Amino acid sequence: MKVRAQIAMVLNLDKCIGCHTCSVTCKNVWTSREGMEYAWFNNVETKPGIGYPKDYENQERWKGGWERTSDGRLRPRMGGKPAVLAKIFANPHLPEIDDYYEPFTFDYRTLHTAGDAKTPPTARPRSLISGERMEKIQGGPNWEEILGGEFAKRGRDVNFEGVQKEIYGAFENTFMMYLPRLCEHCLNPTCVAACPSGAIYKRAEDGVVLIDQEKCRGWRMCVSACPYKKIYYNWRTGKSEKCILCYPRLEVGQPTVCSETCVGRIRYLGVMLYDADRIGEAASIEAETDLYESQLDIFLDPDDPEVIAAARAEGVPEAWLEAARRSPVYRMAVDWRVAFPLHPEFRTLPMVWYVPPLSPIQQAAELGAIERDGAIPDVASLRIPVKYLANLLTAGAEAPVVAALRKLLAMRAFMRGRTVDGAGDPAVLSAVGLTEGEVEAMYHLMAIANYEDRFVIPTTHREQADDAFDLRGGCGFSWGKGCSTGTTDMGLFGGRKPPVTPQGAKDT
Amino acid sequence: MANYLNQLLFGYYPYVALSVFLLGSLIRFDRDQYSWRSGSSQMLRRRQLVWGSNLFHVGILLLLAGHVVGLLTPHAVYTALGLTEGAKQMLAIIAGGVFGVVCFIGMTMLLYRRLFDPRIRNTGSAMDTTILLLLYAQLILGLATLPISLQHSDGSTMVILAEWAQRIVTFRGGAAELLIDAPWIFKAHILGGLTVFLLFPFSRLVHIWSAPVWYLGRKGYQIVRTR
Repeated sequence: MKVRAQIAMVLNLDKCIGCHTCSVTCKNVWTSREGMEYAWFNNVETKPGIGYPKDYENQERWKGGWERTSDGRLRPRMGGKPAVLAKIFANPHLPEIDDYYEPFTFDYRTLHTAGDAKTPPTARPRSLISGERMEKIQGGPNWEEILGGEFAKRGRDVNFEGVQKEIYGAFENTFMMYLPRLCEHCLNPTCVAACPSGAIYKRAEDGVVLIDQEKCRGWRMCVSACPYKKIYYNWRTGKSEKCILCYPRLEVGQPTVCSETCVGRIRYLGVMLYDADRIGEAASIEAETDLYESQLDIFLDPDDPEVIAAARAEGVPEAWLEAARRSPVYRMAVDWRVAFPLHPEFRTLPMVWYVPPLSPIQQAAELGAIERDGAIPDVASLRIPVKYLANLLTAGAEAPVVAALRKLLAMRAFMRGRTVDGAGDPAVLSAVGLTEGEVEAMYHLMAIANYEDRFVIPTTHREQADDAFDLRGGCGFSWGKGCSTGTTDMGLFGGRKPPVTPQGAKDT
Repeated sequence: MANYLNQLLFGYYPYVALSVFLLGSLIRFDRDQYSWRSGSSQMLRRRQLVWGSNLFHVGILLLLAGHVVGLLTPHAVYTALGLTEGAKQMLAIIAGGVFGVVCFIGMTMLLYRRLFDPRIRNTGSAMDTTILLLLYAQLILGLATLPISLQHSDGSTMVILAEWAQRIVTFRGGAAELLIDAPWIFKAHILGGLTVFLLFPFSRLVHIWSAPVWYLGRKGYQIVRTR
């Protein structure tokens, strides 16, 4: 047993209102730069839909994630090491900017400079890549917002596999949900595996997957290898960039920007302990539908004295063990089993998990013909097909999703009974195997969702990751040239260089 | 005057160019790895790149290997192998011709894309275009030497060029004099080649140093940075 700790995230989709605050705050902090205009470390998709970049979940097309070979070993779907190197001159599976969207700005200055006219002046779009006029904006980061666009296009969503999707194209039967996405900080990341330069690594102390911007050479294999398409090629710097899980914030015990600013309070951050020796075994299990369970199997119980001893032997700090015992992620993923990984069939063992959303009861139920399963409504009568959620979260295994949805329904029914009728019905709970204490804890964590319960983040012991003495008097974040920026405001003959043009300014 | 110019361009310039190439690369690697990258524009425009880049790279890498082997292998090695000068030249003409044409097709596509695709033109740097134009001119000059070489099939010019290169890299004098009667097209090709070395550390060409062949030797797949 080799115990490692990771900061993992859970998103409670039942409470996501699709406000995009997470995306916008993330963008403002990390990617509001030339070369990264099109990149969203965090984005919120409306499902069903093909998502951003277009059709990213279709690995037949993009070759992301891992595949299991006939002898039971794992190999990146884009190929083994020689095959990866063979793609280095031109990667046939690399998305083009149009698969994301062509970033644009508007000719705002026209609004100031337009002369007298009968109609108000307009600010027309202009490409931030070519600088040329765009007659029509063809895409954006959230092109399918609230089921925008025709069903024929959105219906290509691969999560419809095994679902009679035609009927969901009809207005009366339609359903939707929001899916906020960020880097999964996987236990078995394909991006790391496919980077020929060895520039991508996973930090042992907190599990954050990072790209060394100095070592990255822009071979762009990681972009294809990541099945979630959460690595973005910065066309200006020629380096790949990705979500850093706001590690400078995590290190001092603060939640990520997306979590901190989430107005629906749907995000949870906590420590998970896992057995690093069994990652390969868990990721290469034969049946895709077993991958959810196999990943659960390598999570370690933070209350188990054996695990604690092994963790101490690996140098996991006491504060981290304490945080693991209070981890909201462990509660939801392991104790209550209401959270699931996104697309476990990619075999990367993702560490951002999702509580599936409840949805309105179908019309038939409202008319009185409600399908009841004991005291709670049957999950089959929910608007979002269980199969769809299962394709998204458990590689198609419906039973775990059904169990989780029933627990969520039972929690609602019980707490409603307690609030409205003065007492909850214990029969509701026994039907789903929950105790009253558990439901209270679930309600407290998931419905009340206090800040200190959502984010249990121990500070990083930098002194154990680096030689902290060398950090004393250092220059903090820099561009790798020591304390010098490597640039000067002065020209060779003493004159001031012109300031760097801000993004988009040149076109107005 | 002609002698002086000849000595300057083929006796001294090679050392200037090679010094800048080596020291410049070292300093840039040491000081500015953030700028050290291949500079791919595939994401901005896939069209013409998949074919263009593959043909260009395969062609130019084999041409480079051919030049290194052909210029720097001591003549005695060929004699020992029983390869006559004429045969060696024919080998060079055929291999160079084939890969030259492969490279030419690829580079034409890449150059067209770089000059006329608005996305690439607007986002690329002047150095990207300069290097590509220089390489393109070099390739055309190199291909243009083939008919001249075919006219004198004894391989004598080739032997002189190899001797020049070997004298340069082994710091023996008298290299420049060898070229004084060489056809101008070879001289132009050599000057262009030296200029590529001179510009190398200031351009995206530095990514050649980082060709990730070590990847094949990586144990397993994952990289974990331990404390």
